[in-house]
Amino acid sequence: MVRISDIITINHLSHTFGDKTVLQDINLSIGKGEFVTILGPSGCGKTTLMRLIAGFLKASEGKISIAGQDMTTTPPHLRPVNTVFQKYALFPHLNVFQNIAFGLNLKKLPKEEIQKKVKQVLKIVIMTDYEERDVDSLSGGQQQRVAIARAIINEPEVLLLDEPLAALDHKMRKDMQMEIKAMHKKLNITFVYITHDQEEALTLSDRIVVMSQGVIQQIGTPTEIYNEPKNSFVADFIGESNILNGVMIHDELVEFAGHRFDCVDKGFALNEPVEVVIRPEDIYIFEMSDAAHFSGQVTSSIFKGVHYEMMVTTPEGFEFMIQDYRSFEPGHTVGLRVKPFDIQVMKKERHCNTFKGTIIDKTHVRFLGTNFECSDTKNLANGTTVNVKVEFRNVNLQDNQEDGMLSGVVSFILYKGNHYHLTILTENNEHVFVDSNDVWDDADCVGISISPKNIQIEIL
Amino acid sequence: MIKRILSTSYLGILLIMLYAPILIIIIFSFTEAKVLGNWTGFSLKLYSSIFQGGIHHSLTSALWNTLIIGLIAAAASTVLGTMAAIGIYNLTPKSQKAIQMVNTIPILNPDIITAISLFLLFVSLGISQGYTTVILAHITFCTPYVVLSVLPRLRRMNPNLYEAALDLGATPFLAVRRILLPELKPGMISGFILAFTLSIDDFVVTLFTIGNEGLETLSTYIYADARRGGLTPELRPLSAIIFISVLVLLLVINQRAAKKKL
Amino acid sequence: MQRKLISFLGRRRNWTIPYVLFLVFFVLVPMSLIVFYAFTNAEGSFTFANIQKFWIHPEAMNTFLYSVVVALITTLLCILIGYPAAYILSKMESRNAKLLVILFILPMWINFLIRTLATVALFDFFKIPLGEGALIFGMVYNFLPFMIYPIYNILQKTDQNLIEAAQDLGANPRQVFLKTVFPLSIPGITSGVIMVFMPVISTFAIAELLTINNIKLFGTTLQENIYNGTWNYGAALSLVMLLLIGITALLNGEGSSRAAEEGNLI
Repeated sequence: MVRISDIITINHLSHTFGDKTVLQDINLSIGKGEFVTILGPSGCGKTTLMRLIAGFLKASEGKISIAGQDMTTTPPHLRPVNTVFQKYALFPHLNVFQNIAFGLNLKKLPKEEIQKKVKQVLKIVIMTDYEERDVDSLSGGQQQRVAIARAIINEPEVLLLDEPLAALDHKMRKDMQMEIKAMHKKLNITFVYITHDQEEALTLSDRIVVMSQGVIQQIGTPTEIYNEPKNSFVADFIGESNILNGVMIHDELVEFAGHRFDCVDKGFALNEPVEVVIRPEDIYIFEMSDAAHFSGQVTSSIFKGVHYEMMVTTPEGFEFMIQDYRSFEPGHTVGLRVKPFDIQVMKKERHCNTFKGTIIDKTHVRFLGTNFECSDTKNLANGTTVNVKVEFRNVNLQDNQEDGMLSGVVSFILYKGNHYHLTILTENNEHVFVDSNDVWDDADCVGISISPKNIQIEIL
Repeated sequence: MIKRILSTSYLGILLIMLYAPILIIIIFSFTEAKVLGNWTGFSLKLYSSIFQGGIHHSLTSALWNTLIIGLIAAAASTVLGTMAAIGIYNLTPKSQKAIQMVNTIPILNPDIITAISLFLLFVSLGISQGYTTVILAHITFCTPYVVLSVLPRLRRMNPNLYEAALDLGATPFLAVRRILLPELKPGMISGFILAFTLSIDDFVVTLFTIGNEGLETLSTYIYADARRGGLTPELRPLSAIIFISVLVLLLVINQRAAKKKL
Repeated sequence: MQRKLISFLGRRRNWTIPYVLFLVFFVLVPMSLIVFYAFTNAEGSFTFANIQKFWIHPEAMNTFLYSVVVALITTLLCILIGYPAAYILSKMESRNAKLLVILFILPMWINFLIRTLATVALFDFFKIPLGEGALIFGMVYNFLPFMIYPIYNILQKTDQNLIEAAQDLGANPRQVFLKTVFPLSIPGITSGVIMVFMPVISTFAIAELLTINNIKLFGTTLQENIYNGTWNYGAALSLVMLLLIGITALLNGEGSSRAAEEGNLI
């Protein structure tokens, strides 16, 4: 994408609420006329980022420039940015015309000009003749159009859309997506679109910014994001995928699920642990034959409209999701094959939990705001600061919050074929990563405990 | 069916009992007798004497004082309470809770505690009691109700409305005036009416903060009257008129609200 | 300077400041003055004498206990009479019910002294002797709407699905009421109790008028002491009331804040 100039530049932007960091070191440039989608699950900080761009929040740290000017501290009414709010935020005591004319009235434009402009935007949003209507009498989709009209009439440099379609039903949402896309072409202004709907993001955007836990995970075009996810979060969040732990034997050879596969990735260390992503439509499934790389038994098959979605378990105990237009009955043994360039190998973000800790006494170490019993404190003096390492496997989770040494909430679940990789947010807002064979649900409250022998102390 | 008749008559009996004293006042407003309860024949004299300025001078001034104090206190409470509600809405949950707790104190306190505490405040500071102290006292027990009638409207309001106004180029001041206040108007109006009602109906707090300079409101006037052993006869038609007008007003509002819903 | 002021006012949470100052000066300071006066003598030095006086002084203590009993009886009667009324109202078509609720609240618009005097006249008319019975009757008259309204409010908001769920699970009408409707309406009753119990103890004037000055309630005792200039003792008695309020508020927990919100009724 050729960018003549950047309309929004964000440098090292961070934001905290109290002691909770919601945005961490965000760097992002958005080009003039671009359609950029900020995509992430709820609570990832995307709305905060939007509110910072609009000026409803003042950044704790960092800089935001809009149209070449530093606007980090500029109040919202002086920014060349207009917003379409999630629940529209139409003024209930004003009618459609008055709502749309609100911004122009403030600019004290002559009456005839306002009339003319309102008529124009109503035409753009296909709402001609609705001027006198009460906003409460409009349907959700119509309110949405008025909200867009109210924003674009001010000819902003940037239009922010905060989950504008979230409140609409499925069919309506599809139609509005197309209309928003068409509007963007016609108006030629920059759209920054906030959503948690990956399909919407893939459909609409020139570029997608994937966010999670206050950090940008990846920026790229829809195809880049889909085909070359940078990490397991992006791979899992965008589309369906099989994500497994693997080992990079050497360049272009990776081992996972108990087999070795040719791949196209290079530049890893010998035997480096990695994560492997394979899209369900990229696994070939057929009657068992010599062509098979590996085999498995079908455990379920569901018709999804265009294709069948089948779960296949390999003799080594790994589960794969596979999409194909043919169906194989559950219980059937099938052959499986993956082409080298369909295997996406990613660097592992972490291999082990690492915490900052302090030695309390011979048998205790303090980290995560809790005192843990520890078998081997290496005879370090009390008060020594150390690194504490705990393997993902060695963190135990309990149903009862009280049974743990501290409690937390399951905030992210990744299925790795034969186990779950969980991210637990503790009471003190720290992350603990856990490998578990048990099934947990998002937002489950859990107790966390670690046995004394599994706490490894590392001298700094 | 029997159940329905029974339940309707239960409500009927209760209402009759509740309204019996008021009926007595209305009935006896059509007779001239000095003492409530004596019937000395039908007469409209008490009514005509109200409208021809025949009532006692001190009653007229008490009536005026009640109205003026009520209006000032209600207006001040509405301004103070609305500002406070907008502020509270934008506070952290913790401070919201703290302020709301203090806000409920004047509501939960029996009148006499509020009255004595304010009395002690004024005498400790050596403030001479009169109009100002009564109004301040009334603002004290009226404002919490205004806060409570404005806050729910804020909570029900789309939180983005104010931001949308800013986003469209309104200064914070304009956003408040053009968007926030129109949205809060119903809450402010009901807060004002409530405050006014509480103020004109108040007796205990007024009694303790009015001083002894001869200032009287309707309540203290009636109290003094009652202690002297009787009720000024003109109060009967006066109460009847107030009651009937409020009744009609409320019924009309109710009718219109019902119609609007249809 | 001006810009500073504008940006200060621009932050809407700052709009609480005037009211917070007001609350401190006209609510918190006066309340602490009650405590202060209760523990000092006329010269302003610290003493427990006022509290002791209440403890050993039979008259004040008796009035207090008597008032509590009157308030308890009144509250109980209000619940017994008010609950069925609220229940019937909640079962009615909402438009009619709203009208009737207004009718129940409307008498509040007549100055309560006049209303009480009229009650006296009514008792005279029916030759009912003034005294204890009349007092309780008058109190119930005065405070019944404060009980009906919160109960009606909560009953009317009760999720109809819960009742249907109870029926579906095999409860007969009696069980539906006892196991579902009534437990759900308890918060309304607590709100009502708060709005009836404390005010009854502290009313004065009503008692005097209804008993021809024969029965005094605690409110009257308070008022007399302040009027006679024994402020410190009056403050000590007020403190007793405050403690009682504190206890009821604590016992009712959330009910008290709901009561405060439903104070909206008049």
